[in-house]
Amino acid sequence: MKFTEEHEWLDTTDEDGVVTIGITEHAAEALGELVFLELPEVGTKVVKGDEVAVIESVKAASEILAPLDGEIVEVNEPLVDNVTLVNDDPTGKGWFFRIKLDNPSDMDDLLDEDAYKALIE
Amino acid sequence: MVPFAGYEMPVQYPLGVLKEHLQTRQSAGLFDVSHMGQVRLTPKSGNVQDAALALETLVPMNLADLAPNRQRYAFFTNDTGGILDDLMVANRGDHLFLVVNAACKGADFEHMKKHLSDRCTLEVIADRALIALQGPKAETVLARLAPEVAEMRFMDVATVTLNGSDCWVSRSGYTGEDGYEISVPEADAVALTRALLAFEEVEPIGLGARDSLRLEAGLCLYGHDIDTGTTPVEANLVWAMQKARRAGGERAGGFPGADIILDQLANGCARKRVGIRPDGRAPMRDGTMLFATEAAPEPMGHITSGGFGPSVGHPVAMGYVDSAHAAPGTTIFAELRGKRLPATVVNLPFTPANFKR
Repeated sequence: MKFTEEHEWLDTTDEDGVVTIGITEHAAEALGELVFLELPEVGTKVVKGDEVAVIESVKAASEILAPLDGEIVEVNEPLVDNVTLVNDDPTGKGWFFRIKLDNPSDMDDLLDEDAYKALIE
Repeated sequence: MVPFAGYEMPVQYPLGVLKEHLQTRQSAGLFDVSHMGQVRLTPKSGNVQDAALALETLVPMNLADLAPNRQRYAFFTNDTGGILDDLMVANRGDHLFLVVNAACKGADFEHMKKHLSDRCTLEVIADRALIALQGPKAETVLARLAPEVAEMRFMDVATVTLNGSDCWVSRSGYTGEDGYEISVPEADAVALTRALLAFEEVEPIGLGARDSLRLEAGLCLYGHDIDTGTTPVEANLVWAMQKARRAGGERAGGFPGADIILDQLANGCARKRVGIRPDGRAPMRDGTMLFATEAAPEPMGHITSGGFGPSVGHPVAMGYVDSAHAAPGTTIFAELRGKRLPATVVNLPFTPANFKR
């Protein structure tokens, strides 16, 4: 699993170049109870830094940015009606979407678990 | 912790905003609101009615008829009919006791000093904390410390000994629930707070839930829903202006901006504060622009407070709309992230008030 400074996690899947993306436990805790989620559309081409999803907690709205370049190939549809899954299981059932990366080697530039832990400490 | 009007305030305690909100609606919540300004207004004549009449020159309320041990909601107006601050005024027998907003307290005090000093002595009470105990169990809990508080009705005030300390208690609050606000000597504040938190019905509540509770209750937040640019008529606060101060009343007018406010009362105004229920799940927050139709080129209003309502289970908001679109049931559109999403104008509050009248 890799991480971004925007508190997203990325995990490789069985399919080549496709990664699953969600927010970290640290982020879910800091946001507080989530009440709303808007996911991107499957097929959307995204560039690193694009705003691709919106999450709102009882405290505030936050944008989820595309961590790398690629195409959205799947979204976690059940999450829309059950957004508290993100609070309950941020790195499991609370995943947001899957991206097919333009350059799978881009993953190498992201933070590993130790680097992310150092960031949030 | 976040900075708020010069104070470091907790957004939430360990329970979290959502649970703190529900805790207050279902049991009891304790709020530290010591940042708010407490002011004593004492008449030089010795007759409290003279202080009330003096203060009436700054607010469109009937304070002369405010009975001893009773409290009333009020607001200072300016010459253009706008609102300088909203406040609570209590008649404590030989003086008036005022609670004003933290961000406005310096300006409020100067305003009163300038206009009331010939008839009243003004005193900022800096040596008392203010805590609020709110929720359906508030009476049960506080009555364990002083049984007489159970006899108080909504907006009654009394001096009560709590935990060995002389407290000024009012049966009021900012949540839409029954409850009390307690002015307690600074030196005793921590002990009283600990004593109240020791009861299993009570949890500490932060600013986040304070905001969602008052929003569901349809109560205005100064600086968001009301300010110097909104009149009481536009803000739908006419209920707080008693007949005596309106056209034809015994003391009609006589407050700043009276010509504008009384004219709007008689002839209407161009915009109104209304409750707004987003049709979908997306919260519509402060600053969101409102449109009459999905395609309207120009906005006809904006949201001043909005978020998720934990008790009602859907997003809630309030804001100003063109009077033509202010009737409950009207469909309007809010622009969120480039999309126009439908919402419905509704009556406030979103949750029924639970006061002990």
